[in-house]
Amino acid sequence: MPNIRELSLSRRIKNHFATGVAIGASVLVLAPLLAIFGYLVYKGIGSINIAFLTETPKPVGEAGGGMANAIVGSALILGIGSLVGVPLGIGAGIYVAEIGRGTFAKVVRFTADVLNGVPSIVIGMAVYALVVIRQSHFSAGAGGIALGIMMIPTIARTTEEMLLMVPHTIREAALGLGIPQWRTTLSIALRTAASGVITGVMLAFARVAGETAPLLFTAFGNQFWNLNPNEPTAALPLQIFVYAISPFDEWHKQAWAGSLVLITLIVGAVFMVRLATSRGMMKGARN
Amino acid sequence: MGVGIEVKNLNAWFGKAHALKDINMRIPTNQATAIIGPSGCGKSTYVRCLNRMHETIPEATVEGMVHVGDFNVYGRQTSAVDVRRRIGMVFQKPNPFPAYSIYDNVAAGLKLNGFRKRRELDQVVERSLGQAALWDEVKDVLHKKSGASLSGGQQQRLCIARALAVEPEVLLMDEPASALDPISTGKIEELIFQLKEQYTVVIVTHNMQQAARVADWTGFFLMGSLIEFDRTERIFTTPSDKRTEDYITGRFG
Repeated sequence: MPNIRELSLSRRIKNHFATGVAIGASVLVLAPLLAIFGYLVYKGIGSINIAFLTETPKPVGEAGGGMANAIVGSALILGIGSLVGVPLGIGAGIYVAEIGRGTFAKVVRFTADVLNGVPSIVIGMAVYALVVIRQSHFSAGAGGIALGIMMIPTIARTTEEMLLMVPHTIREAALGLGIPQWRTTLSIALRTAASGVITGVMLAFARVAGETAPLLFTAFGNQFWNLNPNEPTAALPLQIFVYAISPFDEWHKQAWAGSLVLITLIVGAVFMVRLATSRGMMKGARN
Repeated sequence: MGVGIEVKNLNAWFGKAHALKDINMRIPTNQATAIIGPSGCGKSTYVRCLNRMHETIPEATVEGMVHVGDFNVYGRQTSAVDVRRRIGMVFQKPNPFPAYSIYDNVAAGLKLNGFRKRRELDQVVERSLGQAALWDEVKDVLHKKSGASLSGGQQQRLCIARALAVEPEVLLMDEPASALDPISTGKIEELIFQLKEQYTVVIVTHNMQQAARVADWTGFFLMGSLIEFDRTERIFTTPSDKRTEDYITGRFG
């Protein structure tokens, strides 16, 4: 390659222009994210204190109180959601990538794509009709099911794509050693694809962690502590929603603080999983 | 100790394409047998029928009889998994498990079949890597390095060690050196010399010099048929079939 200085002026100008456009685009991508996070910190950091992180909400008109119950409730609902979404999503991904060859696999793939496009409030409605009405009460379980359903398509499609990237020769090597098919799929193919599959799970997790609409009439919200998955439960996005549309200044501030906590927790969870996989706690998850 | 292989009226298809036609062959115990022939003649399909890897391809079918020792490979009660534990296979392209360390690559065949005794696994790994002439090169990084981090030649010896770890009776090698440089190829060939003392070795090769160097017996395949099967020196000096002679002397293929 010739030295850039030896090139003609017009080519150097073009080169600088193209590089500039690329750098500009990267900055434009980063700007909104940084702006949102910065504004959240600016608005919310003032209201975050020990009480906010350890206490339940105070009645209207009283100052203080916090969102501790909503933080724990979100964790509970997301835990249930992951229990529903991760096994089903990974299972469906394995099916379409490794086992299903015919029409049914195509139907599964198509259904996952459609499910991905279903508005979250519609999923909330469906769970309301199928779970909440039958049980005749709201519950963290119903909220978890709604979020779990939303996680399935993302996890299924990433699992499928990651598995398809694992070379066929590696599966042959395993079968050739006398390792049964199911073991080959789980311990060889899925493990080789683990890094990508985990990324898909984290993506799905982060996406549903901030969902409000499907929780409105499933988990419903709660002003008090609750750890029973069979009872209505507070969740951070719900609490933020209620506080943000309220007429009280104090609540507005808490809504900002809640948003900041929510974002921090999501980023923190993703970061922890990344750290765990890179430190070898989940051996083999790296490539 | 290895055992011999007896093949009777073996036919194989890919969908409707008839890939192997009425193969009959007695592969002798504890010797190296080479399978030669032009591309597409069915060499690979043939060895993949011996350990039932052929049937892992959709629409691939097979008929006929294969006995390894007195073990019926296509018996009604025989599971393909049992067959493949008795008959190890090394593939054309080195294919270590990228997510596993060197140690776990070698131990995979045992570990993933539920064998977990640590001390015995250690011994198996050391013995297998020793047999594959790789132990000295990797003994300090067994757990630190991934199987995929080795060089191509080392990867192929790792794959041989991995196949030997489950103590097969027969070792099938499908062009094991075709993706390697001459030095690595030489190491693999030396290895075959040593391995045939303990195992029956079947090696598919494109390289006729290689067949002449390592094999005691050689089979020549052409368009899905076994044209000639005899002692290697006979095949390369006084073949009885004109087509074998044409191929050996480079007149076609």
